[in-house]
Amino acid sequence: MATVAAVIASTHHPFYYKASTSTGAERPPFADEWVAKITSFRETLTRANADVLVLVGSDHFHQLWLDNMPQFLVGKAPFYDANWYNEEREFGLPKMFFTGQEDLSAHILRDGLDAGFDLAFSNELRIDHSVTCPMITLRPEADLPIVPIYTNIFAPPLPQPKRYVQLGTMIREVVESWPSDKRVAIIGTGHLSLELGGPRQFGPHGPDPEFDRKAVEWIASGDIEKALGEVSLESLWEPGNATHGFLDFMLMMGVAGAGEKADYVDSLDLFHTMEAYFTWYPKGIK
Amino acid sequence: MSKYLMNKFLYTVDRDPELVERYREDPRGTVEWWEAERANVILNVPAAEKSSWLKLSDDEREALATHDYPALFGLGAHPFLTLTLCIAMFERDHAEPLGFQLEYAQRLSHYTMPYPDIAT
Repeated sequence: MATVAAVIASTHHPFYYKASTSTGAERPPFADEWVAKITSFRETLTRANADVLVLVGSDHFHQLWLDNMPQFLVGKAPFYDANWYNEEREFGLPKMFFTGQEDLSAHILRDGLDAGFDLAFSNELRIDHSVTCPMITLRPEADLPIVPIYTNIFAPPLPQPKRYVQLGTMIREVVESWPSDKRVAIIGTGHLSLELGGPRQFGPHGPDPEFDRKAVEWIASGDIEKALGEVSLESLWEPGNATHGFLDFMLMMGVAGAGEKADYVDSLDLFHTMEAYFTWYPKGIK
Repeated sequence: MSKYLMNKFLYTVDRDPELVERYREDPRGTVEWWEAERANVILNVPAAEKSSWLKLSDDEREALATHDYPALFGLGAHPFLTLTLCIAMFERDHAEPLGFQLEYAQRLSHYTMPYPDIAT
């Protein structure tokens, strides 16, 4: 059976690519520290010697739209084009291209459906920065086959937070039952407190540093019970109007497992949101 | 009220470079054309199979026709869509990095929690 070689949860910041590649007067003052943190974080995936990446993210109204909105969707395609015109326009993100691990997609769909998750699927999926950002930060060579999984954190009504945790638990179990000798890293990205398109956007810190502090502690300690006790679909509006992206962190807590402390924890206070990086090694490191 | 249709306008304009420029230069004309010709076309469905019932309310149409993003926020348009399209149209007019984004926040500063409902 396949091995879950690493579980990685991260914020996805579309400005990282531009900040890290800019030079001279264009280079923001925080870029060097950010690059150093990402370089260290990247090493945690490199050390896992993964063969395949399962990437959990959320489409930002690119391919998935309100006339036909899935809650949870698994990409099942041999290849994926990535990044969209408006991401190139706003963030300077490059067009990217990935190979799919289609047999693992099929396995996740079949066993996920049988486990009680009515997963949607896509045979032609152009993925966006929620998936390409972690590839840029963690595996810039983009040379490993992927399975993208999208969650709706964006267009209410959303599933309840516990459902994201359960989905994470299911993904972990199903990957571990994949009849393969491959090493799989499960990587998911979300947000801490974040405001976009509202009065609290682009402040000197994230809109709710206290929420961020608590959230980092929940994730780092694997305290699913506390996170579920304090977070609801209603309460997530309070730290910032885009904070439902935290649901993907809760999903990744489900992947890592209740009570599982992260082996690597780091964060970075940026101008409008806090970056946070977590890695677990379920089987240790060789 | 049609939050869905406001969002559909923002979404379909934002993904089309020509429409972004057209909406920047002629907001009222673009909104009138779009509502007459495009509002009822179901995305990814042949135009002949279009819907028959979608229509902006007067306040939604006016907010779109005047680039009034604080009003769009109040009407429950999806904030991510409004912000993304406005950045595409207006960031270029500000010399300072994030100058437009900070002005945007300031112009919405009279809104307090809970924000207008964005569920569609």
